[in-house]
Amino acid sequence: MSDYLVEVEHLQKHFPVRGGGFGKNKKVVQALDDLTFGIKRGETLGMVGESGCGKTTAGRTILRLHEPTSGRIIYDGDVLFDKDKKIAVNMLPYRKKMQIVFQDPYASLDPRMTVGDIVGEPIDIHNLCSSKQERYEKIIGLLEKVGLNSEHANRYPHEFSGGQRQRVGIARALAVDPQFIVCDEPISALDVSIQAQVINMFEDLQEQMGLTYLFIAHDLSVVKHISDRIVVMYLGRMVELADSYELTMHCMHPYTRSLVSAIPIADPKQARASKRIILEGDVPSPIDPPSGCRFRTRCPYADERCAAEVPEFKEVTSGHFVACHHLDRVK
Amino acid sequence: MSQEKTENKYLVKIEHERLSFFTPVGEVKALNDVSFTMKDGEVLGIVGESGSGKSVTAYSLMGLTAYPGKLIGGSLDFNGHHINDMTEAEFRQIRGNEISIIFQDPMTSLNPVYTVGNQIEEVIRLHTDKNKAEARERAKELLTLVGINEPEKRLKQYPHELSGGMRQRVMIAIALACEPKLLIADEPTTALDVTIQAQILELMMELRDKLGMAIIMITHDLGIVASMCEKIAVMYAGRIVEYGTTDDIFYNPKHEYTKGLIKSIPRLDAKDHERLVPIEGTPVDMLNPPAGCPFAPRCDNCMKICLREMPPVTYFSDVHYTQCWLNQKAEFEAAAAGKEGADE
Repeated sequence: MSDYLVEVEHLQKHFPVRGGGFGKNKKVVQALDDLTFGIKRGETLGMVGESGCGKTTAGRTILRLHEPTSGRIIYDGDVLFDKDKKIAVNMLPYRKKMQIVFQDPYASLDPRMTVGDIVGEPIDIHNLCSSKQERYEKIIGLLEKVGLNSEHANRYPHEFSGGQRQRVGIARALAVDPQFIVCDEPISALDVSIQAQVINMFEDLQEQMGLTYLFIAHDLSVVKHISDRIVVMYLGRMVELADSYELTMHCMHPYTRSLVSAIPIADPKQARASKRIILEGDVPSPIDPPSGCRFRTRCPYADERCAAEVPEFKEVTSGHFVACHHLDRVK
Repeated sequence: MSQEKTENKYLVKIEHERLSFFTPVGEVKALNDVSFTMKDGEVLGIVGESGSGKSVTAYSLMGLTAYPGKLIGGSLDFNGHHINDMTEAEFRQIRGNEISIIFQDPMTSLNPVYTVGNQIEEVIRLHTDKNKAEARERAKELLTLVGINEPEKRLKQYPHELSGGMRQRVMIAIALACEPKLLIADEPTTALDVTIQAQILELMMELRDKLGMAIIMITHDLGIVASMCEKIAVMYAGRIVEYGTTDDIFYNPKHEYTKGLIKSIPRLDAKDHERLVPIEGTPVDMLNPPAGCPFAPRCDNCMKICLREMPPVTYFSDVHYTQCWLNQKAEFEAAAAGKEGADE
């Protein structure tokens, strides 16, 4: 058995866009290109990047909520998808093992279902409980696990605050006793004082149930806090992958460096002393991404080579992968 | 620098402001006894969670808290205007002219059916006697000022043709068109990515140095206020629970909520895997606020009196104050100890 619970190889997802028409090439959004990594058992892999960089697509494609355009997905030794060998297994049994917590707790809960039914739905689908009584007890147990109680089961989502709704979403994901959960920006819609509660809960649940997380967020300080390793995405490609401390303290890719320096520091003295690296311009469109290195249009180190060749994603020091042609100059 | 001009009149002076929204389900007391002052060129940060009244405080200065919102007490002065008595027509004179605002979401706050140039010129022509050609010239200047390339071309574009960061720059250009004395920035970067956020914040500080306007920065991100603001007001349930200089708030917080906030945010430079210290509980229901201190139900050091009565203001210096019984207790104990010492 390999160390990795989830592995993806050269995973690619392209979305067709409207337009094109007869005789024209239909345009595609290259949302995800050449994603290759593994997530170890019991580990939290953080994924950061700006909007449109493909983080959410990555999370959903791994669960095959989006069908990959090409590549391979392996879960616990089982191949779930392989484009070359034309393998695409039925996902239903795997939904019991892989779950997702969505970003927006206001949109991801059905307003016409009670919280008890929302949490109970996965139980019904997978026939996990034989009697009504067992089902009820299981639901209450789940609600208590996420810090809610039995009286909440008969209420509707609108009666809850954002933090509580996100707890309901988490309880729903836990209902099938999964091993792997994709957390797709689970805290960005919450108030600051509530965020810490939910982060702590994710950590407690991981400890109690031995969960493995793919934790997606745009806030690097949150991701750094919760993750063991972090992968940084830019415009559909991975640019850097390393241990979370290593990544925030000794980042190498020019994009990661600017990302780290752009985070406002909640400490006035440090904030005054630090110098920000301000990137010029905006993220280019993924419909027509720059050739070669996709970051080159905003990179201060870019030259002709960056336009011509796609930089290889290679291991620079142990466990620290970077995709950049100019690492020697960046230092 | 600011000490030299102490006798200088305040740009903004709000005293004991009370504002309520009269909704069908009851009165929501959005602001309870809010007071603060601002001088020319000062940057004030207002932090707090959603519903704490940060935006309402700033909006009331512009007369933007229309029905069902109603000012029910206190006095507001801005740059020689007494806001309480102003009519809608008078507000229209100062909005966009002496005081202007940048909204949170640049995607929805620009008009999609007018070109960018049209929207900037509108403000200029309304408040100055410039003609069309002059206004266009000024609009071009403004776009250059906020760092947009090819201003000529951009003026003719519609908002949907621009990226989020670019739209927020246009919003800033509109806000600065008449060189306001006060700029209100209501979560100006929440909808933007971190690297774009850094660009916009840098731009705002640059423009403040260039134009010398005062800024009210409304945000929930402590990181933003730490790097930008001179003074910070921490709001909770429609009250300023703590006010002070940036250093006071970050290095010497006195209110339990402020302390909790600072402790609850993950830090990038934390070495070990420290556990976060969250503030337990949920934010206040503003329809039925608690009788005493609004933070009491979530406070770790809550005392009996906290549940009954609103704490008075305790001053630690000219600018640093808080509303918390714990500080009163400390003072009381110190006084009692001093008295005992004197008796012996």
